[in-house]
Amino acid sequence: MAIAFKQETFRDDFSYRNSAENIRRFPFPFDRDEYMYAVNMEPHVKGQKGTAFENLIDIDEHYVAEMRDRALVLKEDPLRYQALPHMMAAQWDTLELLMEEQAVGFPEHFTLARNGDQWRWINRPLGIDDTFTFGDRSTLPCEPLEYITRQAQGDFCIVDQRDGNLWMDAGMVTTQADWSLDFDIGMNFMEWHGPVPLAHQMGVFDRALKFLLNLQQGKPTRRFNWTMTINPRLDTSPENYHKWGPDRATVTTGNVGDKVHLRVEVQSLWRLPRSNAILFVIRCYLMNMNELVTVPKWARRFPRVLRTLPPELIDYKGLTRYRQTTIDWLSKFDDGEPTSPGTFPD
Amino acid sequence: MLVEGIKSRPVYMGLSIQPRARRHIFALEGEGAHALLDRKAALDSTALSRSEILYAPRGSQGKGNDEALRALGADMFFAAPTIATLLFRLRGTLTTAHMGTRLYIAGTEGFIGQAMIVALDHGMDHASVITEHRGSLARRVQCVHCKGVTEDVTHSPFPCGHCGLPLLVRDHYSRRLGAFQGVNIDAEEPGSAPDPEELFL
Ligand code: HEM
Repeated sequence: MAIAFKQETFRDDFSYRNSAENIRRFPFPFDRDEYMYAVNMEPHVKGQKGTAFENLIDIDEHYVAEMRDRALVLKEDPLRYQALPHMMAAQWDTLELLMEEQAVGFPEHFTLARNGDQWRWINRPLGIDDTFTFGDRSTLPCEPLEYITRQAQGDFCIVDQRDGNLWMDAGMVTTQADWSLDFDIGMNFMEWHGPVPLAHQMGVFDRALKFLLNLQQGKPTRRFNWTMTINPRLDTSPENYHKWGPDRATVTTGNVGDKVHLRVEVQSLWRLPRSNAILFVIRCYLMNMNELVTVPKWARRFPRVLRTLPPELIDYKGLTRYRQTTIDWLSKFDDGEPTSPGTFPD
Repeated sequence: MLVEGIKSRPVYMGLSIQPRARRHIFALEGEGAHALLDRKAALDSTALSRSEILYAPRGSQGKGNDEALRALGADMFFAAPTIATLLFRLRGTLTTAHMGTRLYIAGTEGFIGQAMIVALDHGMDHASVITEHRGSLARRVQCVHCKGVTEDVTHSPFPCGHCGLPLLVRDHYSRRLGAFQGVNIDAEEPGSAPDPEELFL
């Protein structure tokens, strides 16, 4: 079924909203009434129709608007896209993977026709119809990773594997939860995770790295991450923190429903065939509290999760100023009934 | 001592002389001179005949080591008037360096970071460069907002030397930039920045 793409904004007048159907397919990340870091990885396999897991690379009603927002971010700050020179094979791997997955999952919107290394890519929602030579950089208007990630929802990092570690050597990062690709590029797994509290001591990163070093081609894995954002703003980069930071002080009991958003990242990890690098996809979903409480199970669960959060996580995720106000507002929707296991609506 | 436990900060292991290297290049800043002078015993005549010492005096403790360094009798000795001129010379040296060359860097963390960038630009692996921290704990900080780098930061917060925003100095270090990250401290409530504290002396 063709998706009706919305005209909306993630800045200025913030007209982004979820349709009722899109709320139902929201990847709510909590399978119980509390939250703590863990090595929360599971096979990235297709899920039920009508969920965000129906396809392994997900496109939704926000696609066109999100791609427009990415273009705006890149015009202001081209350093959000960077790739070190040795990553060219991995860039082509990524282009292939994203084109294939998007064309298979959404044939009414994307078509990939291959004839040897002559490829034709049609992206109907963005009005693109390009023919190029796979592997020949000069036949595309920009580098292959930039080309395809200007046409794919979510942020993307490619990590190179060497010396028993993973190195963040390329990325397109415009919809991030407060970290900088320009600062982190070239770092290894432990280094870029440096600022995360508690998880190092818990051994989470040691185990996660070991797991990823053995990731097999054709067996992608995924995990959830989440935080909260005031206003439906995709670009919550540290670069622009002085512009969006003041939003955090604007939350009142009267505007929680509209302003406060749950921000969920479905992160999938893919071993790439030619380069042996790993593609890390950070697909970001935003939903405001008015939308969240339309699902009774989520309305009960989310305030409980917020209550149990360790102080280190509250601070790291930047929730300090508005967590209590949000809990108070949400508590109206929590009748104290037990919640069912799992993340999906009842 | 540097604070430990910052995962992204390099560990500076100390200048251990690698006897089998075909060429030793020492880039020394200020008190970094003592990192080498303290290891005189490890420098035999063969090692010295293969050594090039580059030195930029700096700070009250780190000046006046020219003669002592020169007296080591290395193959080449260069006293640079500033860090910038030392780095310029280092670039030239590394451009013509051959296999088996070892680079040693000693001095403040900001200097190590800048000399390391030159090494990385010349294709050296960061893990093969031998480093020792000497001298002040001042940090080299990149403003994440305007990307300007401020040298010798001793306080947090401090005003960015480029865009002027009051910056918190985070414990997050980029080897590629040779700098810690500075983030606007009062973004959520402009004007609420606390008084600067002297943290990195
Ligand atoms: C190669 C793939 C990965 C990349 C590129 C990546 C990247 C990042 C980055 C850039 C951050 C933000 C750090 C900051 O504050 O500056 C982060 C946070 C984090 N990462 Fe990863 N990560 C990867 C895989 C994983 C895996 C497999 C785990 C599994 C446990 C994990 C767990 C976390 C956690 C718990 C946080 C803190 C998030 C929060 O509380 O908001 N990461 N990651």
